Amino acid sequence: MIYNVSVGAVVIFIFFVVAVLALSFYFARKTKSAAGYYAAGGKIHWGVNGIAFAGDYLSAASFLGICGMIAFSGYDGFLYSIGYLAGWVVALFLVAEPLKRLGKYTFTDALDARFNSKSIKLTASISTLVVSIFYLIPQMVGAGDLVVPLLGLPHYVGVLIVGSIVIFIVATAGMTSTTYVQFIKGALLIIFSTILTIYILNNGLTLKPGGEAPQFVRIDAIVEDGQLVGISDEDYQFEQAVEVEGNIFAKLEKQGIIRWFKLSEDLNHLDETLSVSVAPDGTRLYNGEPKSAEKFYQVGHLTSIKVDGVEVDETGPLGPFEFFTALENSELVRFTRKEIRDEQTTVWYQNPTTGHDMISPGLLLPLSSKAGATFWTKLNFVSLMLALFLGTSALPHILIRYYTVPSQRAARKSTIVAIAAIGFFYILTMYMGLGAAINGVLDVESSNMAGPLLARYFGVGLFSIISAIAFATVLGTVSGLIVASSGAIAHDFLDNYLNMKMDDKKKVLAGKLAAFSVGIFAIILGILFKGMNVSFLVGLAFSVAASANLPSILFLLFWEKTTAKGISWSIITGILSSVLIILLSPSMFDRYGLSSSSAPIPFDNPGIISIPLAVIVLVVVSLNTQKDNSSKVENYHHG
Amino acid sequence: MHGPAAKIEADKAAAKKAKLGVILFLCYTVVYAGFVIIGLSDPELMGKSVIGNQNLAIVYGFGLIILAIIMGFVYNFFCSRMEDRMNQKLEEKS
Repeated sequence: MIYNVSVGAVVIFIFFVVAVLALSFYFARKTKSAAGYYAAGGKIHWGVNGIAFAGDYLSAASFLGICGMIAFSGYDGFLYSIGYLAGWVVALFLVAEPLKRLGKYTFTDALDARFNSKSIKLTASISTLVVSIFYLIPQMVGAGDLVVPLLGLPHYVGVLIVGSIVIFIVATAGMTSTTYVQFIKGALLIIFSTILTIYILNNGLTLKPGGEAPQFVRIDAIVEDGQLVGISDEDYQFEQAVEVEGNIFAKLEKQGIIRWFKLSEDLNHLDETLSVSVAPDGTRLYNGEPKSAEKFYQVGHLTSIKVDGVEVDETGPLGPFEFFTALENSELVRFTRKEIRDEQTTVWYQNPTTGHDMISPGLLLPLSSKAGATFWTKLNFVSLMLALFLGTSALPHILIRYYTVPSQRAARKSTIVAIAAIGFFYILTMYMGLGAAINGVLDVESSNMAGPLLARYFGVGLFSIISAIAFATVLGTVSGLIVASSGAIAHDFLDNYLNMKMDDKKKVLAGKLAAFSVGIFAIILGILFKGMNVSFLVGLAFSVAASANLPSILFLLFWEKTTAKGISWSIITGILSSVLIILLSPSMFDRYGLSSSSAPIPFDNPGIISIPLAVIVLVVVSLNTQKDNSSKVENYHHG
Repeated sequence: MHGPAAKIEADKAAAKKAKLGVILFLCYTVVYAGFVIIGLSDPELMGKSVIGNQNLAIVYGFGLIILAIIMGFVYNFFCSRMEDRMNQKLEEKS
């Protein structure tokens, strides 16, 4: 997408980054011990911790990813909101308090509290690292996406900026600073999302977003025996027709410029698409022209609005429920992506969609046979819902926050504050996503920018603030993840597993070095995964977390016969099976540049296979290693 | 400042709180599973209008979020009450 840089946005952005750094330095001076570095010394107030929980949790995935997914695929994006929040129920009712009683600083310590086991130390630290890295990828991708319209920089520069700032923050400060940063950022994100939602409702539905109705070229098609053979427009020259997964695309030429069109369902006409092609000399052409020609534009609009059965041009301000009712009776155009591989071209074609379909499940994960559902699409849906439900309490960077408050009661209250704040925010995602879908703000190259670009539609001031908050969101989340990863390497692996004798000062140094390494790795992955929806990527991180960690946590808390070996093997099984399924899934094949239909695993979300598998391994191994438990360390109090 | 170990000794309400947590978790799981099952078995139903011209998907989806928040407050209320009563008895005995 081509953007003009806004000076106001840049000023506010820089102000935010400087403020975050200043805050982090202020608290860094207070962080001297290892306890302070990893778990903020266990002295954070529960209210602050609750909003910081929300700040941690409402990462790039929630604000950037979910809004984008709803904007492009309607209600199915909201499934992520539902699942992400439901995960907190598991965290609150089953995990929060018992875990607080068990742990010291990290997830590994909590699992190992009952057994002084080397294998748990190793596997749990590996799992923390793998999950954190899976979670880091989308944050870095989101960071890169943000700077494109904000600062007019390429995607990889954004990834580098975030990576460097975060490494700097984490290496100089630690958990205390990230908690306060998360608190401020979490609060601001919720406040400004509310303001954005008020703007959306006040704007209502309109056929002319920004003052004029979008104009798309439509040409009559000549079809013989079901084959597209030509066009009836002398301005364009018909070059060829290409079929991609049941859709017919036409390559047309006008004054030396190539444009792609799609044949309509009734075979009567061709509709303009957006396209990005790679020319033989390697340059990228946007709608057939170089980027500088600025012929690539933002999309997503309504084609008809009905209120009480009457067609109108605009509705005026709407209430929160009227908004859905009005949208349900309207029609809009979504843009759907297809790859024309032989032509090195990606097209986004106009996909007319009823408002009714937009606010019902099925556009992304088809569930009815009418929408093309198969056994695998249904399994994918169940798998996603299962992983989201079970993933939250298995995320290491979320778990670590349980230890930053002084008591179990405070941990519980923090969690409830978090649920209320996050739940409220998730309800807003539906409005922000749908608002982006109908106001001509979508960047087809990156669904992640729907929320910030919608803010820009309402004014550059709001855009600057929201972008800055989103950027701070990424900074905060990445910091938390890098702290968790560095904890896994330095505290769990080096200190506990390898038994390297380190004093407090050396422990902190080891943590910082680990943070630096993970940060560099995250930067590389962030660049490689450019263009993928960040919420989808986080969904995968949830699957890995739910498969690797949750069976261990729950069985440790609720099943006396759990053994150290059972936990270790379950973690290994969970990681390997979930990562393997992800690597062989259709979305990853698309990423490798292969056809997604050639993927050996026909669904993207591994949870439905990998979670039960990890549970079975845990139970079987535990039952076969019962004699180990006779010598277990009796420092565990069963609730 | 109480360390975790001191808290474990003092908290006689732990078993009851854990039981309440499991019950509430199961209740929520049933409602959540209901959403998934409707999605699988009768996806068309999700698009049907149920309350105030809103379709089932919106009502059920928003409902799941609001239910989680309400259950959180309920859980906290009962847990705090149990802690106050049971740990107070403990102090009186000692």
